[in-house]
Amino acid sequence: MTSVIHHATYDSLKQMVGAGFIGELVSTFLEDAPHMLDELRAALYANDAETFRRAAHSMKTNAATFGATELAELAKALEMFGRSNNLREVGNLLDALHEAYENAASELKGLQV
Amino acid sequence: MTAAHEPGHMLVVDDNRVNRLLLTHHLQQMGHTTETAENGREALDKLHSSEFDLMLLDIEMPVMNGYQTLEACRDDPELRELRVIMTSSLDELDSVVKCIEMGAEDYLVKPLNPILLKARVNASLEKKRLRDQQKRWFRTFATEEVADELMRNGFALGGKTVDATVMFADIRSFTTLSETHDPAVIHEMLNGYFSLMFGAIHERGGLVSQLLGDGFMAVFGAPIPRENHRELAVRAGLDMLVRLDEFNRRQEEQGGTRIRIGIGIASGPMIAGYTGSQERAIYTCIGDTVNLAARIEEYTKVAKRPLIIGRHARAGLPADMHIESLGEVVFKGKQQAVEVFAVG
Repeated sequence: MTSVIHHATYDSLKQMVGAGFIGELVSTFLEDAPHMLDELRAALYANDAETFRRAAHSMKTNAATFGATELAELAKALEMFGRSNNLREVGNLLDALHEAYENAASELKGLQV
Repeated sequence: MTAAHEPGHMLVVDDNRVNRLLLTHHLQQMGHTTETAENGREALDKLHSSEFDLMLLDIEMPVMNGYQTLEACRDDPELRELRVIMTSSLDELDSVVKCIEMGAEDYLVKPLNPILLKARVNASLEKKRLRDQQKRWFRTFATEEVADELMRNGFALGGKTVDATVMFADIRSFTTLSETHDPAVIHEMLNGYFSLMFGAIHERGGLVSQLLGDGFMAVFGAPIPRENHRELAVRAGLDMLVRLDEFNRRQEEQGGTRIRIGIGIASGPMIAGYTGSQERAIYTCIGDTVNLAARIEEYTKVAKRPLIIGRHARAGLPADMHIESLGEVVFKGKQQAVEVFAVG
């Protein structure tokens, strides 16, 4: 499997906060991200652009923190749809985000051992 | 800049747990103490229950977002001076500009760069310390109310004509009770005297604008206009004389030095405002009324009365005050005679 984590970003974070604390950050992210994904899906069905935008924004910021570049870019694209109140255009992008998250999550978990 | 490294108490406001953890971690590594809030509403509750040196505020939050939080702080006299640094993502720069226009001091881009974080946090703490110091300094010369007014309006140089009352007070003589003339003792005695006199001025809403050796000048009715500035000044003068009696009694008990003072008061139009340069300015008043107050103060020596006021100051006093005309006096540099009155 090819890497989905930008290692320079991840390593510099690790260097800044230490190996112990980055583990705490990653597990917090892995705990909270599924709620963000649920929130995105629910907001999409409810056509609630505001909640959708905020959840995508949160996902984007965290993904960028860990160097999950693709995840961050997809989240940013979704945030834009929320911002322009245009959730009908989301299409299968949310599925793509889900998949990118699964890939990023498994790699982040792998980096902790 | 060593002061910048003193720890501060920080409020981290962000709806995202990873962001809160990371920011809190960095701040604690720098030696600061932190509290967190998940949205603006929670932040305001915390801001009201304890004191913070700095708030790091996210923009995108449920319940109450960053803009609404900033707005609430600006509208709250208790929180108006709180320093705020926005934390945002790179593509929110438009929003950041809006926040800075609303009073936020600076911003940081997420993911955070700890070196930038440290620099901005320290710069902000340093500014807060300078401002606190300036405020404390103001408060040794003025009431809290006047100090706040001065702080709000900043240091714009230039004056405006106001109707106000000026007081000059000077030590007439040191009457020695003992042979001690140790400069340190005299210095301590003067400080004790000044703090009593300034207390009397502040309690009547006056501003001590200048210290001139063992004398000083105080203003009533500026920078904050007060309808009854004449009465406030005269009552402050009477309070000063009562306090001076008490002061002298204590000096006598300790074998120290007694002092006598003269107080001159005049009311009328004057130009009030900051005088000086951008670096060093004082709030003071100038004009004929001010000169008259200084002349009247000198005249207390001749008349042998401790508190003398001019005609315009007399006009604003209530009927129950004990006031006695001393007749008309032609002061140095004045064409016309001025009627003066002794009070008390």
